[in-house]
Amino acid sequence: MLAIDNLAKHFDAVEDRPLFATVSMRLAPGESVAIMGESGVGKSTLLNCIAGLEGVDGGRVQLGDRDLTALDEDAFARLRRRDFGFVFQAFHLLPHLTLAQNVALPLWLLDRDAVEADERARAMLARVGLDRRADDWPRHLSGGEMQRVAIARALVHAPRLVLCDEPTGNLDPGRALGVLELLFEGIRGAGAMGIMVTHSRQAAAFADRVLRLTSQGLVDAAEPS
Amino acid sequence: MPRLRVLGWRPDPILWHLFLASLWRRRLATLLSILAIALGVALGLAVQLIHAEALNEFGRGMRVLSGEADLQVVGPQAGFDEALYLRLAQRPEIAEASPLLEIEARLPGRERNLRILGVDLFRLARVTPTLLPVAAVEDETQATSGAETPALAAPTARQDFRLQPLQEGVLFLSPAAASQLGLTSGEQLAVQSGLGQAILTIAGQVPGAGRGQALAVMDIAAAQRTFGQIGRLSRIDLRLAPGVDREGLRRDLAVELPPGVSLHTPTEAQSELEGLSRAYRVNLTMLAAIALLTGAFLVFSAQWLAVVRRRQEFALVRALGLDRAGLRRGLLGEGALLGLVGGVVGVALAHGLTGLAFRLLGADLGAGYFRGLTPTLSFQPGLVLAYLGLGVAAGTAGAWLPAREATRMVTARGLRAGDEAEAYHARPRWGLALGLLTAAALLCGLPPLAGLPIGGYLAVLLLVVGAVLLLPGITPLVLRPLPGRSSTLWRLARARLAAAPGQAVVAGAGIVASVALAVSMAIMVNSFRVSLGAWLTQMLPAGLYVRAAPAGTSGYLDAAAVARLAALPGVQGIRPIRYETLRLGAGGEAMTLIARPIGAEAPLPLVAGSLEAGISYRHVDPAPHRFPPAWITEAVADRLGLGVGAPLDLPLGGRMQRFLVAGIWRDYARQQGAVAIEIATYRHLTGDEGVNDLGLFLDASTDPQALMPVIRDLLGKAVTEMILPGELRGMILAIFDRTFLVTYLMEAVAVMIGLFGISTSFAALATSRRKELGILRHLGLLRRQVAHLLALEAGLTALIGVLVGLVTGGAMALILIKVINPQSFHWSMEVQWPWGLLLLFSLAMILLSALAAALAGRQAMRQEAVLAVREDW
Repeated sequence: MLAIDNLAKHFDAVEDRPLFATVSMRLAPGESVAIMGESGVGKSTLLNCIAGLEGVDGGRVQLGDRDLTALDEDAFARLRRRDFGFVFQAFHLLPHLTLAQNVALPLWLLDRDAVEADERARAMLARVGLDRRADDWPRHLSGGEMQRVAIARALVHAPRLVLCDEPTGNLDPGRALGVLELLFEGIRGAGAMGIMVTHSRQAAAFADRVLRLTSQGLVDAAEPS
Repeated sequence: MPRLRVLGWRPDPILWHLFLASLWRRRLATLLSILAIALGVALGLAVQLIHAEALNEFGRGMRVLSGEADLQVVGPQAGFDEALYLRLAQRPEIAEASPLLEIEARLPGRERNLRILGVDLFRLARVTPTLLPVAAVEDETQATSGAETPALAAPTARQDFRLQPLQEGVLFLSPAAASQLGLTSGEQLAVQSGLGQAILTIAGQVPGAGRGQALAVMDIAAAQRTFGQIGRLSRIDLRLAPGVDREGLRRDLAVELPPGVSLHTPTEAQSELEGLSRAYRVNLTMLAAIALLTGAFLVFSAQWLAVVRRRQEFALVRALGLDRAGLRRGLLGEGALLGLVGGVVGVALAHGLTGLAFRLLGADLGAGYFRGLTPTLSFQPGLVLAYLGLGVAAGTAGAWLPAREATRMVTARGLRAGDEAEAYHARPRWGLALGLLTAAALLCGLPPLAGLPIGGYLAVLLLVVGAVLLLPGITPLVLRPLPGRSSTLWRLARARLAAAPGQAVVAGAGIVASVALAVSMAIMVNSFRVSLGAWLTQMLPAGLYVRAAPAGTSGYLDAAAVARLAALPGVQGIRPIRYETLRLGAGGEAMTLIARPIGAEAPLPLVAGSLEAGISYRHVDPAPHRFPPAWITEAVADRLGLGVGAPLDLPLGGRMQRFLVAGIWRDYARQQGAVAIEIATYRHLTGDEGVNDLGLFLDASTDPQALMPVIRDLLGKAVTEMILPGELRGMILAIFDRTFLVTYLMEAVAVMIGLFGISTSFAALATSRRKELGILRHLGLLRRQVAHLLALEAGLTALIGVLVGLVTGGAMALILIKVINPQSFHWSMEVQWPWGLLLLFSLAMILLSALAAALAGRQAMRQEAVLAVREDW
C-alpha cells in the first residue's frame, strides 16, 4: 500500500508560493493511477517527490509501513533500487550498454549474480518482444522499441511501485497503444502499484483511476476543473 | 552480461560498464591523461633510479676502498705527514692501520684522469683486501686452474703477487679502468707529476674493485716518489682491536690529529655525497612532481567534462538506486585506473630512460656529482611501487572534484536535458584562494628542513592550487574591460564565459599549471644564465688561461714555469691561482681553498662585505695580532653559519691559521663551498709556490691564439691546457644548457600537456554543448561560425589561463630564485625577466589554443544540427 498524506511542495522552497499542497492519495498493490493536469502544475515534480528525487516541504509518503519522507538520500536510493521502477518520456537508455545490459542494470545494482541477471533480463526482453535483439545497441531501435526496453528495465526486478513520466510523450499514437498495453499488463501481472503522469486521455484510460493535479491537490478527473 | 573475466575474477558490472568502460569510449582524452601521468611518473622515477643506482655504485666503491676499516683518517688534498701513521699504528686500540696516498693523476694526451691509490701491500691485505692487486702471470694461472681467489692460486703466482707490486714503475688497473683506458698488462701509461711525466707499466689488475670503479693501485713508496709526495699520506684506514668503542676512540683521537686532518666512518663519505647531490635530485623530483600535478589537472579537466556529459546517465542510475558513495567510488575508480595505467607506462618509460641515460651519460644527471661512475640498471620494487602509488594518487586526486560535483547533482534536475550548464556555475573562492596564497607567502619564510627547501616546495604547490581556484573569480574581471558591443560571435563567447566561469576552470586549469611551470623555469633559467654570464666575466678577466691540470690533480705549474710565462713578450700581467681541498667544520666537510690575488684589480663577485680588508692588509710579515682576510662563498656562509667579520680557522702549513671573514661571494662552480684568500698570504703560510691555473693578461697587440704554440713549446705539449676565456665561457654555458636540458624537456612536456588539455577540453565541451550549438545552427549560424565561436571561447579561456599562469609563474620563479635555489644549492642570482620570450610564448599559447579548439569543435559539430536538437527538446 502507498499512502500519500498532505504532500506539499513550494517553488524553490519559498513557502508563500506553493506548487502544490495537500496532495493525498492511497494506492493498493496491483492498482494503477494516472495523474493528469495542466503544464507546470507539478505532475513530474510530484513523481520526483514520491521517488525521493526531490525533497518535500510538507506531508508524508508511506510505502507499506515505511515513512519515505523520513529517509535520508542514501537510504532512499537503496529503497528505490529494490522497490521502484521508472519509465521516462525520454526513455533514458544508456547508449553504451546492450539492450540486455540496460534491462539488467537494476539487478546489477541489487548485486544479483551476473549470469542470473542476464537470464532474467533476456526473459524480460522476451516479454516485450525484443529477445532477438538482446545484444543490440539502443541506437538501432525505434522510439517505441526503446520504450519497450525501458518498460522491461522498470519491471525486471519486480518492484512494488512503478513511476511513469509521460511514457508515450515521444511516441506516435499507434506505437503508444502497444507500449501502454505492455506497461499496464506488466504492472498488474507483477502485482505492483503504478503511477503514470500524462497529458494523454487515451493513455490515462489504461489506468484503474484517473486523477487531476491542481494547486489544491489531487481530485478525481471526472470532477469539473 | 559483462564478458570481462580476469583469472576467474569478474569485475562489478556497475563499476565496469558504467565507469571504467567509459574511459575506453573517450579514448583520446584517456590517452592524454595517461600520457600526462606517465610522463610525470617516468621523469620522477628516472631521476630516483639514476640517483639510487649512482649512489649504490658509489657505495659499492666506498666499500671496496674502505674494506673492513672501522675508521678512516682523512687529510686535505695536499696530504699530511706520514709520522701520524706510525703514531696511530702503535696504539693498542688499533689492530691494523693501512696507509694510503691517493692521487688524481692527470694522464697526458687523455681526457680522463686516473685515481691512483698508493698502498702498503702487507697492511692492505688485512684492512682492504678487495684492493689487492693480482699480477698478470697469476691472472693467467687462475684462468687455467679455475681458482676463484688469489689465496687459492698456485705458489708461483703467489710469489709474483707478493713481489711485483713492490717494484718501481708498476701499476695495477681495475677492470673498469683497464677497459676505459684500453690498456692490458705489459703496456705503458704516462702520468703527469708537476710539469714532468712518469711512465708506468701495467702489471695486472685489481679484480676486487668491481666493474664500476675506475682506479689503479701501486706501491705507496713508489707513488710518493713518482708524484713528489715523499713522506705524505692522504688517508689511513684503521681496523680497531676487538671490544674498542669506536666513538670513544674517535673522540680521543680527534684532539691528537694535526689541523685539517679528520676522522670519518666509511659510510660518512657516502652520506656527504648523498647530502650534496640530494638537493639537485630533490629539485629534479619536484619538477617531475609539477609535471605530475599538471597531469592531475588534465585528469581533472577530462573527468569534469566526462561527468558533465554523463549527467543524465548518472541521474538515471541514481534514480534507479545507486547511492552517492557508489557514484563517488565509480568516478574515483576511473581516476585511479587512469593513474595506475599511467603509472605502469611511466615505470616502463622510466626504466627505458634510465637505461638510455646510463648508456649515453653515465650516472650523472648534469650536476657532476657522479661523473665517471658506470652503474647498471636494476629493478627496485620499493621505488616502483611508490611511483605507481603516486600515479594512482594523481589520477584519483584529479577525479576527486568531478566526483564531488557528480554526487552533489540533484537527480531530478540531472534527468532533464540542458542541465549541463549547472556544472559550469563555479563560484569564486576568493577566501580559500587568498588563504592559500598567504600561506604560500608565509611558507617562503621558513628555513630549510634537513637541508631541503620544504617550505619553498609547499609554497609552489599552494600557489598553483590557489591560482586555479582564483580562475572563476578572475574570469569576469578579465572579461569586463573587453569591448562588449562588437560582433555576435564575440558577444556570444563573452556571455558564455561570463555566465559559466567554471568552463574557464575546467579548460584553463591545465593551461595555468603548464604556463606557470614553463614561465617559472624560463625566468629561473634565464636569470641563472645571465647571472652565470656576469659571474664568468668577473671570474675570467685574463686574455688567456694556462693550466697544468685540472684542480685537484697531480699536475701544477712550478715557480720557474710561472716566471717564464710572465716574461713572455705581450704578457702584461699574471694571475696565479692555487687550489687546495680543506676539511672544515665539525663534520670535516670538504671545501675548496682558492689562493689568488684579490683586490680592486682582481675582484670577487661579492654579495656581502668588501675587498677593502684585502687591500689594506700586509700579507707578508703582517703586523702582530692582525688576522688575514678570507672571503667565503655563500655555501660556506650557510653551512658554517658565518657572516662578515666572523673568525675562520683554516688548516694551512700544518697548523691552524686564523682568518677574518671579509666578504661573502657568489660561486656557481663549487656547491660544497670555497674560501678565497690572497695568494701572497697562502705562500707566506705554506711555502707552496705551485700554481694550478695561471691567467695571462695580454697587451692589445698580442693575439692569444698566436701565443698558444709559444707556450706549448715552452712547457711541453702533453702537459699543458690552454683556454681562451671566450671558449671557456662558451664551454661552461654549453654545460649549463646541457644541465638544464632535463628542465627544458619537462617544460616542453608541460606545454604540450596544457595544449592537449585545452584541445580535448574544447572537443568535449563542443560535444556536450551540441544541443546549444545545434540551436545556433537552427537560428542561422554557419558551421564555420560555430567553429569560430569555439575558437573565440578557447582564445579567451587561454588568455585568462595564460594571464593567471604568467603571474603564477612569475611568483614561482621568485620562489625558485629567492628560496629554493639558495636553500638547496646556496646560490643567489639576479632576477632577469625574459619579456620578449614570455610575450611570444603567451601569444603562441593563446593562438594554438584557439586553433586546437576550432579543430576540435569542427570535429564535434560534424553531426547534423537537426539530430543534435532532436534528442530531448
